[in-house]
Formats: sequence, C-alpha cells, structure tokens
Amino acid sequence: MAAAGGGGDGRQLRVLGAWPSPFVNRVRMALHLKELEYENVEEDITNKSELLLASNPVHKKVPVLLHGGRPVAESLIIVEYLDDAFPDAGRAVLPADPYERAVARFWAAYVDGKLHGAMVMALMGTTEEERAAATADVFAALETLEGAFTECSGGKGFFAGNAPGYVDVALGGFIGWLRAWDKITGAKLLDAGRTPLLDAWAERFASLDAAKGVIPDPDHLAEFAKVLQARSSGAAASN
Amino acid sequence: MEKTPENASQAAAAPLKLFGSWASSYTHRVQLALRLKGLEFAYAEEDLGNKSGELLRLNPVYKKVPVLVHGGRALPESVIILQYLDDAWPETRPLLPADAFDRALARFWCHFADDKLGPAVGAVFASTGEDQEAAVRQVHENLALIEAELRDGAFRGRRFFGGDDVGLLDVVLGCGSYWLAVFEEVTGVRLVDADAFPLFHSWLHDFEALDEVRETIPAIDRLLEYARGVRHMLLGLAGAGDAAASSTTATPTEAPAAAAPPAPAADIAVDI
Repeated sequence: MAAAGGGGDGRQLRVLGAWPSPFVNRVRMALHLKELEYENVEEDITNKSELLLASNPVHKKVPVLLHGGRPVAESLIIVEYLDDAFPDAGRAVLPADPYERAVARFWAAYVDGKLHGAMVMALMGTTEEERAAATADVFAALETLEGAFTECSGGKGFFAGNAPGYVDVALGGFIGWLRAWDKITGAKLLDAGRTPLLDAWAERFASLDAAKGVIPDPDHLAEFAKVLQARSSGAAASN
Repeated sequence: MEKTPENASQAAAAPLKLFGSWASSYTHRVQLALRLKGLEFAYAEEDLGNKSGELLRLNPVYKKVPVLVHGGRALPESVIILQYLDDAWPETRPLLPADAFDRALARFWCHFADDKLGPAVGAVFASTGEDQEAAVRQVHENLALIEAELRDGAFRGRRFFGGDDVGLLDVVLGCGSYWLAVFEEVTGVRLVDADAFPLFHSWLHDFEALDEVRETIPAIDRLLEYARGVRHMLLGLAGAGDAAASSTTATPTEAPAAAAPPAPAADIAVDI
C-alpha cells in the first residue's frame, strides 16, 4: 500500500540529486522501499543550483533531502532519517535489533570508506600505478563484501535477509557503476566466478521495483566516466 | 529473534568488555559513553605496536581499537558503538535526541568531525612550515563552521551540542578536542583562539569539567609526553621538512603525505 507521502501541507519530500551518483541512487532506493512519494530534482553538478548550495553549504554536494523545506545531507544520514521520520512508512530500512543495526551500519560505512574510495582512485588516479593499486583494492573490497553477504544474509537473498535493507540500499546505489566498470576500464567487477553471491544479489536487487528507474544504464555511465576523466583532477565528481 | 522484554534485559545484562588504547580518542569516546550511561565494563589495554590475536580476531576488517564486546559479540568503530549503546540502553541518558531532524544534524556533524576536522588537526600535527600553515587555515575554517552553528545555527543557545546535557556530538567532538591544547603546546601553533571561537572554547571548558570526562581523559602531562614522541617520529619520517626534526629509530615505511595523518598515529590519537 503506497503511503501518501507528499501533499501540499509542507511535508513534501524533494531529493536534490544527479543520476550518476551512487549516493543519490541509494536515497531514491530507500524512498521507494518505504513507498514514500517525492519530487526528484536533477542537479547539474557542474553548475549547482542556489537551492543546493544553500541546502548543503558545508559540502555543496548531492544528495540532499528536503523535507518540508528542511535539508538533510549525506546519503546514509538521509536513509536513517527516513526511518526515524517515517517509522510507519513501507518497510523499515534498518533492522530493529541493536546488534543487527550496528552490523548494518558497519557494512554500509565499509562500502563508503573502502569500496567507493578505491573505485574513485581506480578511475581518477593520475598514474597507471595508482589506478592499478586502487583496482586491486576494489577487488579486495568486493571479496570482503562477498563474505559479509554470507555473514549478514543468513542464507537469504538480501544482506538484510528475506527483504532488502540498509546494506542492500547502501551497496545497491553502486550497482550501476559495478555493472558499467568493464565498459569503462575492461575490469569486470560483478563476476559470478569470483563473487557469486554478490553477482546474484545484484541481479536480484536490480529487478526490484525499488531499484527500477534508478540504476543508471551502463552505457550512459561509461560516457559520463569519460567526461569525468577528461575533466580529471578537479572536484567534479558528485558525492 | 523477537525482542521480548525478557531477552532484551538478558541481553542488556550481559558483560561488556572494551579493547582500547589509553591515548586513543576513539577509545575515550566509548569509555565516556559507557560512564555516562552508568554501565560497568572490563577494559583491556592494547599495545598498538603489537596488537593481540584477540583484537585481530574481533576486528578482522580494520584491526583497530576500540572494539566493544557485549555478550560475546564484537562491535568495532566508535560512532557505531555509541549508537549501539543508545539502541541497547534507550532509557538511560540517551546520546541521540528524539527528534528525527535533530538526530540527522547530530550525525552530520559527527561525520564532519571525523571526516574533515580530525584529519585537518592531524595534518597540522604531522607537518611543518607552509604545509602546516595551510593545515592550520583548514582547521580554522572547520572550527568556524562549528562556531557558526553554536552562534546562530543548529546548536544556538545550547550549553552542549546535545542541549542541557551532553550527547553524541559532544562525545565525538569532545574526545579529541583536548588534543588541540596538547598540539598547540607541542607544535607552538595556535588552534583554538578563545577570541576567534568563543562558543567552542566555552563548550570545551564545560565539557572537560564534567566528572565522567575527567575520569576518562588522561592526565595532560601524559598526553604531552606522548604527543612529543609522536611529533618527533612524524618529523623524522617527513625527512626534508624541518631542520629541527630529531632523528628517530622508526624506519619510514611509507611516503610522507602532509595532508594525511601518518599510519602509525592514525588509529591512535591524531584525529579528533
């Protein structure tokens, strides 16, 4: 049952985002899982709007969630906010048990700290050596996440078990890039031979209604990556 | 497992053990939070130069302190541990506010402290000359943002970031801010000017006066001695940075990066 999330009573939700951003992707996936309606505002990150700059003056980055005009920034903080602010909407993204919440937060932070960082370097590193070392780090992070999947899923289809949750959404935002990677660099990140559980999970997650219309097309991302690399050393990448 | 009142209180009653390091501000955060919540815990001091097999088993991904073990289950990463304490003991002196938006703000500034302010302070400590001047400017910019929130933003009019009582952000910012005075003494650089950052300065004073904080933060002379040792080692690794750097017994294992806290100190205390 879809929740009537918006409405003209000042409680409406808007997301300031950009289609290639894995962080924006995960926020939209969480909103969909919680069946919350929102307005999706596409930002040109090379020409950021006044609204974005005013809503996230500290980092000036997407995504930003506006709830009745009040801004919440940082994708994982936004996802937690959605659970806190809309406890009865759709499904809770975080589990109820304190220890399971800690484990979920741990792996989501790992995705941001280890996987994302390495992917940026693998793409944007200025030397061949830097990019190669970072690529090795990406593969290592994916192997660790493969192990995490076993630990977390309890043999079920998602990190959160029978239904997707926090870690699924945290990593789910990256599926577009993971799929596009071999078009961009020649390295295949989602590989049934190397990380079969992650590979199957990505297919499963991507086919959810919550993910449809959010995961960017690999060809579009490959084109976008070329632009990013051409623009290179600047602070061009959205986060 | 369904969380019934019986197994919730059984879970809560299980013993707590913290693996930490005496100079680690991340360890202090957890010790302080446990004390604020009135929770008893056992403590195991880790030698970070020679980590125990148990620590490596408990935190295989990062191999760092602090790790809190509760009822046999390991929790690493200080901010995750703090939120766990709130989730597991929600009735006792909550660290996070009840309001969803205020919670998001607390989390945002905690992330800022760890992602921006901490590394900037570490960079001041690890560098000299022009690099250090740039790092100091960065620290001042970051402190100015926090000062602005205290003055007329999210935290205006409050004694602590958490309100009348300390909360998550106080614990995160506070356990590490004492290093500012120590670093000022050791490097001769002014980081927190009471005139430039009056509200931050007075917040820190009130924070450090709390009983639980005084119980947690090591004596200033121990911190000074420790910081001097780390500074010597860092300047030794930086090589051509400063003629005044003493030689050290440490073998440089990685290229110095003025902008990043070096590996030996990174999980100890250099970050706020």
